[in-house]
Amino acid sequence: MDLSAINPILLLASLMVAATPIILAAVGELVVERAGVLNLGVEGMMITGAVCGFIVAVNTGSPLLGFIGAAIGGAVLSMLFGFLTQFLLSNQVATGLALTLFGLGLSALMGQSYIGIKAPEFPDWHIPVLGDIPVIGPIVFQHDPMVYVGLAIVVAVWAFLKFSRAGLILRAVGENHEAAHALGYHVIRVRMLAIMFGGACAGLGGAYLSLVRVPQWTEGMTAGAGWIALAIVVFASWKPMRLLLGAYLFGGVTVLQLNLQAAGMAIPVEYLSMSPYLATIAVLVIMRAGRAPGSLGQSFHASR
Amino acid sequence: MTQPLLALSGLTKAYPGVVANKDVSFNIMPGEVHALLGENGAGKSTLVKTIYGLVKPDSGTMMLNGAPFTPAEPRAARASGVAMVFQHFSLFDAMNVAENIALGMENPPPQREIAAQVRAVSDQYGLPLDPSRIVGELSAGERQRVEIIRCLLQDPKLLIMDEPTSVLTPQEVDILFKTLRKLSAEGTAILYISHKLEEIRALCENATVLRLGQVVGDCDPRTTSARDMAELMVGTALHVPERAARPAGDTVLSLKNLSAKAPHQFGTALRDITIDVQKGEVLGIGGVAGNGQDELVAALSGEMRTAAGMITYLGENIGHLGPNPRRKIGLLTAPEERMGHAAAPDMSLVENAVLTATTRKELSNNGFLNWRKARTFAEDVITAFDVRTPGPNNAARSLSGGNLQKFVIGREIMQDPDVLVVNQPTWGVDASAAAAIRQALLDLAAKGTAVICISQDLDELMEISDRFAALNEGRLSAPRPAQGLTVEEIGLMLGGAHDMEVAHVDA
Repeated sequence: MDLSAINPILLLASLMVAATPIILAAVGELVVERAGVLNLGVEGMMITGAVCGFIVAVNTGSPLLGFIGAAIGGAVLSMLFGFLTQFLLSNQVATGLALTLFGLGLSALMGQSYIGIKAPEFPDWHIPVLGDIPVIGPIVFQHDPMVYVGLAIVVAVWAFLKFSRAGLILRAVGENHEAAHALGYHVIRVRMLAIMFGGACAGLGGAYLSLVRVPQWTEGMTAGAGWIALAIVVFASWKPMRLLLGAYLFGGVTVLQLNLQAAGMAIPVEYLSMSPYLATIAVLVIMRAGRAPGSLGQSFHASR
Repeated sequence: MTQPLLALSGLTKAYPGVVANKDVSFNIMPGEVHALLGENGAGKSTLVKTIYGLVKPDSGTMMLNGAPFTPAEPRAARASGVAMVFQHFSLFDAMNVAENIALGMENPPPQREIAAQVRAVSDQYGLPLDPSRIVGELSAGERQRVEIIRCLLQDPKLLIMDEPTSVLTPQEVDILFKTLRKLSAEGTAILYISHKLEEIRALCENATVLRLGQVVGDCDPRTTSARDMAELMVGTALHVPERAARPAGDTVLSLKNLSAKAPHQFGTALRDITIDVQKGEVLGIGGVAGNGQDELVAALSGEMRTAAGMITYLGENIGHLGPNPRRKIGLLTAPEERMGHAAAPDMSLVENAVLTATTRKELSNNGFLNWRKARTFAEDVITAFDVRTPGPNNAARSLSGGNLQKFVIGREIMQDPDVLVVNQPTWGVDASAAAAIRQALLDLAAKGTAVICISQDLDELMEISDRFAALNEGRLSAPRPAQGLTVEEIGLMLGGAHDMEVAHVDA
């Protein structure tokens, strides 16, 4: 084994890239759960976003349009979940699981003729000054724009929940939907908007995989990233800033094990591939999860 | 004659299968304290929800200050000067006081200004409250203050209060009444809903009585007796529980230095509770919610285990026994929360009967349930306690609060306990059902059972208890004979309202 083959700067830089799809999907799910809805369909929305983004990007030649298409695709699929759970009052857990299975099948169907094609790339861009700082520059400031978009969404969600009136109402709806209704807030409307936001974010996360990280379309390419995003929301105690920590931990272990595989570490590859998931589970168990939103996962029906 | 603040005429609202309000008309004058009386299901909630814009009436009109008033949603009602304090507090546990208040306002200023306003208003009306505290950690009385201050910050013309005193100590009630009288003197009209007739007599100038959705009478509560009002509500003569004097019996259950840690973050630790409970007595335990009632019930029922020697039953240590072994030896419990704790809401009455009665009534053989026997037992409870339900196979959820409570209490009583622990036996139950439950408890005690009744309703405790003790922050006061105790003495036993002051600003 040759550990000197691992470049620590590259390792840390690829950590940020590896964490980005999970950050995107998780921050969307965080907003959904803070509104009191448990959408287990993140994986399905992610892979639908991945294929939608890939199709749009290949046909238009623009990765940016691809990401927009992915967000729309994820949001449309999430509206199906929203309609079933919010208006027809179906069980959120069962509907979410069904959404994941449906998304996996739908994406495989849509992507049939796109297998083996390479996605158009973002034009090279270079952040002046910041990108030239030694060590920190290559780690933090030489990525594609979506890495920063992801971080910006997390900060925006944090500020939205903490400082804005709308964020307060969203938290109120998730905390106690009966009371929010009694005070005259539109529980269903708030939740539908939150679900749509969650779908769009999951779509972006999926497209990041198919357009930047891989960048190719293969069936089932999200490989459980959506489930990790769900776990990280709990790990983060439903707090946006902690979510970054969880996603970087997972991303870090992922790239580390890839590097160790490449360096020829003398343990079976399967164990290394397991390690990010094991690390996430271990941290989830050790950390005491914060308090979940009071109405999480409950159906709301106004009696009037 | 001045113009009424709010005039209701001919309000009707029907739900599938039931008419909640039928042709309801009455007026509320500016600055008036108006009581709305009625049993559970009389249509009080529907009516106030209509005024607050949560329910649209099928027909009828409302006039506010002479102008038509048709609030489409609570927002519109609030904008017109109607504010409401809910029976089940509409608060958000995980948020702080200022955030909770901001949620009830139309155009809230920034949090810091809200905090300043909260301090100003709470000072003016003698309702101390720290805006930065998390609501989940507040006592029931403090939570109510959050609701009241939320309303007051909007400068309401009409304040609706739905059962505001059910969770307060007598002293807290006094302070609330002073606040309400001051508001009324400033010109705010108050629509006051309560089961407690004596309070209405002390506070209100006018009362409208509803029965089965219709107005059945108006009266001046200051000159009408509580009994007359109750009979107007119920429509028949009211049965007052009778109690016979009983000699003290042998000790069946004794608690010795019972202490236990708080089971969860918002719980209360039990500290050094020592008391002997005798055969055939009703021991009343009063106290404001959150002072250890739930924990004491859990320790007695066996849901929470305690150290050896703390709880002895007929001389035997039972602190390590779970609920079913305790049922077997005759110690039964009916907890407070009907939906979810005392009964499983989505299971039928038969199934709910099996859940606690299977040990004592032998409803199962070798692990198989005897459904016929279980059904007979459930039917017996339904008949004996006059539970109004189409049949024993109906889900517990479908029963009204009073009927389910009669079933829950009856289920335990029909198992012939030697000691029965009940928590809040008549919470949210209408007058006639409450009287029936109290009578059943007294009858049970007369047969030699020791009854421990934990309640926040002091009138109830005075009516049925032989001895009275108060829970305060997990400590139990020394018991005193209930006969002859005055409200002031009880208030002192409850620990009083130590952090409250009376409104001190001149109107």
